[in-house]
Amino acid sequence: MATTITRPKTLIGKAIRRREDPRLITGTATYVEDIKMPGMHYAVVVRSPHAAAKIRSIDTSKAAARPGVVAIFTGQDVSKVGPVPCGASLPGLRVPNHTILATDRVYYAGHPVAVVVATDRYIAADAADDVEVDWEVLKAVADPLKALEPGAPAVHPQWPDNKAFDFHQEHGDIDKAFAEADVIVKQRILSQRLIPTPMETRGVVAEWRAADRALNLYSSTQIPHLLRSMVAQMLGLEENRLRVVAPEVGGGFGCKLNVYAEEALMGFVAMKINKPVKWIETRRENYLTTIHGRGHVDDYELSAKRDGTITGIKLRIIQDLGAYHQLLTPAIPTLSVLMMPGLYKTQNIFADIVGVFTNCVPTDAYRGAGRPEATHGIERMVDILAAELKMDPAEIRLKNFVQPNEFPFPTATGLIYDSGDYAAPLKKALDIAEYEKLRREQSESRKQGRLMGIGMSAYGEICAFGPSPATPAGGWESATVKIEPSGKVTVLTGTSPHGQGEETTFAQIAADELGVDIDDVLVVHGDTALVQYGIGTFGSRATAVGGTAVYFALQDLKAKIKKFGAMLLNSDDVTLANGQCIDNKTGASKSVQEIAAASYRAMQLPPNTEPGMVSTHFWEPPNFTFPFGAHLVVTEVDRDTGAVKVVRYIAVDDCGNILNPLIVTGQVHGGVAQGIGQALYEQAVYDEAGQLITGELMDYAVPKAHMLPWIESDHTVTPTPVNPLGVKGVGEAGTIGCSPAVVNSVVDALSPLGVKHIDMPMTPEKIWKLIRSAQ
Amino acid sequence: MIPQTFDYTAPATLDQALALIAQGAKPLAGGMSLIPMMKLRLAAPEHLVDIGRLKELNYIREDAGALHLGAGCTHYEVETSPLLRGKCPLLSETAAHIGDVQVRNMGTIGGSIAHADPSADYPAALQALEAKIVLRGAQSQRTVAASAFFLDTFATALEPGEIVSEIIVPVEEAGAGASYQKMAQPASGFAIVGVAARLRRSGGKIAMARIGVTGLAGRSFRATAAEKALENTAGSAAEIQAAAALVAQGVEANSDLHASAEYRKHLAAVYAGRALFAALARTA
Ligand SMILES: Cc1cc2nc3c(=O)[nH]c(=O)nc-3n(C[C@H](O)[C@H](O)[C@H](O)COP(=O)(O)OP(=O)(O)OC[C@H]3O[C@@H](n4cnc5c(N)ncnc54)[C@H](O)[C@@H]3O)c2cc1C
Repeated sequence: MATTITRPKTLIGKAIRRREDPRLITGTATYVEDIKMPGMHYAVVVRSPHAAAKIRSIDTSKAAARPGVVAIFTGQDVSKVGPVPCGASLPGLRVPNHTILATDRVYYAGHPVAVVVATDRYIAADAADDVEVDWEVLKAVADPLKALEPGAPAVHPQWPDNKAFDFHQEHGDIDKAFAEADVIVKQRILSQRLIPTPMETRGVVAEWRAADRALNLYSSTQIPHLLRSMVAQMLGLEENRLRVVAPEVGGGFGCKLNVYAEEALMGFVAMKINKPVKWIETRRENYLTTIHGRGHVDDYELSAKRDGTITGIKLRIIQDLGAYHQLLTPAIPTLSVLMMPGLYKTQNIFADIVGVFTNCVPTDAYRGAGRPEATHGIERMVDILAAELKMDPAEIRLKNFVQPNEFPFPTATGLIYDSGDYAAPLKKALDIAEYEKLRREQSESRKQGRLMGIGMSAYGEICAFGPSPATPAGGWESATVKIEPSGKVTVLTGTSPHGQGEETTFAQIAADELGVDIDDVLVVHGDTALVQYGIGTFGSRATAVGGTAVYFALQDLKAKIKKFGAMLLNSDDVTLANGQCIDNKTGASKSVQEIAAASYRAMQLPPNTEPGMVSTHFWEPPNFTFPFGAHLVVTEVDRDTGAVKVVRYIAVDDCGNILNPLIVTGQVHGGVAQGIGQALYEQAVYDEAGQLITGELMDYAVPKAHMLPWIESDHTVTPTPVNPLGVKGVGEAGTIGCSPAVVNSVVDALSPLGVKHIDMPMTPEKIWKLIRSAQ
Repeated sequence: MIPQTFDYTAPATLDQALALIAQGAKPLAGGMSLIPMMKLRLAAPEHLVDIGRLKELNYIREDAGALHLGAGCTHYEVETSPLLRGKCPLLSETAAHIGDVQVRNMGTIGGSIAHADPSADYPAALQALEAKIVLRGAQSQRTVAASAFFLDTFATALEPGEIVSEIIVPVEEAGAGASYQKMAQPASGFAIVGVAARLRRSGGKIAMARIGVTGLAGRSFRATAAEKALENTAGSAAEIQAAAALVAQGVEANSDLHASAEYRKHLAAVYAGRALFAALARTA
């Protein structure tokens, strides 16, 4: 019974609008804050106003006397709860005991000291103000360079040198490279502390079902399953009695790839008071206590031949860790080392990392996590080298790129680059910009005294984290695909999308593979009670690893569909196409829906085949993927004020095959916005006493729409051989490619004044001072 | 982000509101400054009186050569009022620089000037316009000049029990041109420095120059030395630059994360020059 097929042949590659958007733009999505439960209580966390202090005593009596206050817990009360975990391990790593509430001492401003639980949030907030802590204020150190000086205040008294670890990696013969170099360039390059600033702050609802001995934890997280494993351990609860739900998550950018004290603390509170409890982070708390990103002081040296061939890279990273290790804190700078050669061939590298404790909130993964720092460094250095050699910045890059015939390419840092044509996006960007004409325009404008700059970056990144041996908690991803008896398709992914659009892209994959309508596919994620164990969404991994798991689960199902189809059609030669299982001899067919129904009805089963239409696949990737691209930025600097205007922004990204160009472009736009934020506006500033000066959106400058340029987004497509979809990842690309291109452009604008380097953020005052001192 | 407990009254008439304010209640207008301060627990008023809904405070009308604005006019209303755009465009132009659409839809001119943020935009224009500000209490009414109203950071001539009820600005004479130029602080959008300039030309000379400055110091002010330097000149580029350079002279400038005192003073001169050039170009 053949039916007419009306659906488009393939959805992959089409600009399908995001299926998650209607609920987001109509304000009907359910975030943690939207969860209401009968008898729900509210928690407010009492935090240290000091960056370093001893707690002499805590008096909660006044707070406890407030009507409506149900419980107050301090560090002593939660002493049985395990520490906030660090998932990264490095040789000799010093790991401070990170209790969920401070006991006798606090280590950063915002450090949680107590939790007040009340019948409503206003009472809880008033009562939190009533908690009296007797502080003995200590000297703090917030600057990692000062923390390394002898005699600096010790963040953790047991480690007076403030060092958490030293890490070293080298390859090739760096001494020879430098001894034989025609030219050596050196520069200290900063990647400032940044505050991730998701629109939705963190939040937790915990519900203890005493009769079932079961804890339900709703948290704004990127990693529901990992969170379940770790919070269960912290609370001493069996893992299968904890259910973690990541409801709608309003942005993460890495800061919700973590396990926070409050997540375990709310579980603890709910179990104690036997009532549901909600905690919603305020923006100020978010700035003070959710992880920050970057925080690098990088000393670079590049050796090269006169013709521009880069022969060696030395890098010393001073990483501001903050006061503790959050989930991946110490691992982030090691990613910078892995990426330090960029897209270039050199086999001689020498890298040191010093991880430094400071009295600040910990740093950890923030969009790009280690790769933006590395890319910023190498792409600045290549420009500095080009300037030294009076070479064109495009030419020097083209000269040093790994060539298309050299893949798979083993890097000096131990990676195997999967595939690439690194010159292609750079050449495309140059073409779009009409580079030579642009340079002529620039020299004309210089004659008029204007400060016009042209800058570029050619970036590579590590995505699709990752092979399990290289990822702390396992680097695979899982998928279950079910065709329900009615023929509807449910995809359960172990990833935890929170803005990346996988409810759409995974539905595209499933609809294409099964030949069903995309509206018949539902993608479910973020609930450990519904979804098989998974790793989560971070490191531009969800589509490349999670999407591939979906793909393989679909292949199993397709085989099963064909078995049932063959049985039902009484054929031994069938094809599955466009949602129909077709008997190749007679042309008779059964739809996927009919076959699914028959598989559950199970009147008859194919040989060695179980009823039902469900397949689960855990996919272990054989390698990372390595997207790449080139960004080209034209800027104009206002001579009088130092203000930078981005005149043109061209992004040519190669993320392998493109499943949905609308989503890819959106990811590039968002990434570039955050890159421009770092390049021009954003910085977390602590004063000498460890107070966060940029503790509000009134002072921390996240770029707004009117502060961003039009982004001309284009692509080249080099599929990866690592997965059958040929996709690499694009979530972080925009951020990684952006900041060096913007800085290179502004340095280029100011180069007639003798300016060779500018650190971020390139605020007008900083630029004005450079201009003035040149005059 | 969780304010302390407070009472809230939305009276139907201005008299009722003033009676409550006389008893110590705090006026709430657009809430764009007050509510954030309450949420951060930097302010904890016990009783709020909502004057933002009072029709009596919401008008823009012309009377005897002057324009009268009720304190309750939103920034959006000031920005888009045809009357103001035609007869006192500087005020509309300035309002357009404030915050974003949401803030302009809620915030009021009375609230902004009563709050007296040293980086707010309106004060520059009001200084340059030599605006008059009408202050009302339950039993009183008086009018003060803008130059006497803004006293210091978050400090004004308002006495307890008084509110700003009206702002009076002149109808611009023919031949006048004005402009407001601002460098916005990238996070808050407030003025790092903002300069409002008004010029009138007559017989090839600058007959009148008024320059109001915000953001530079603890209070907005009129740059009278620069005004004097410009008046009776031909308004050449060199004369404008020379006058602009005087704007920050002798001023004790603010300094913060976003701009040092030195840079602010430099910007004041740059933006004064830009405002003056733009104003001059608009003179007929
Ligand atoms: C995101 C954001 C961006 C902003 N950007 C800018 C900007 O770029 N430039 C700028 O100038 N401002 C900016 N503002 C401030 C904004 O202009 C406010 O509207 C204004 O400062 C206060 O006006 P309001 O009507 O909201 O007053 P409210 O917040 O209601 O009140 C402010 C204070 O004034 C008192 N008050 C209110 N009305 C009166 C009255 N009639 N008489 C006496 N006292 C009164 C209140 O008691 C309170 O103390 C911004 C605000 C926000 C939230």
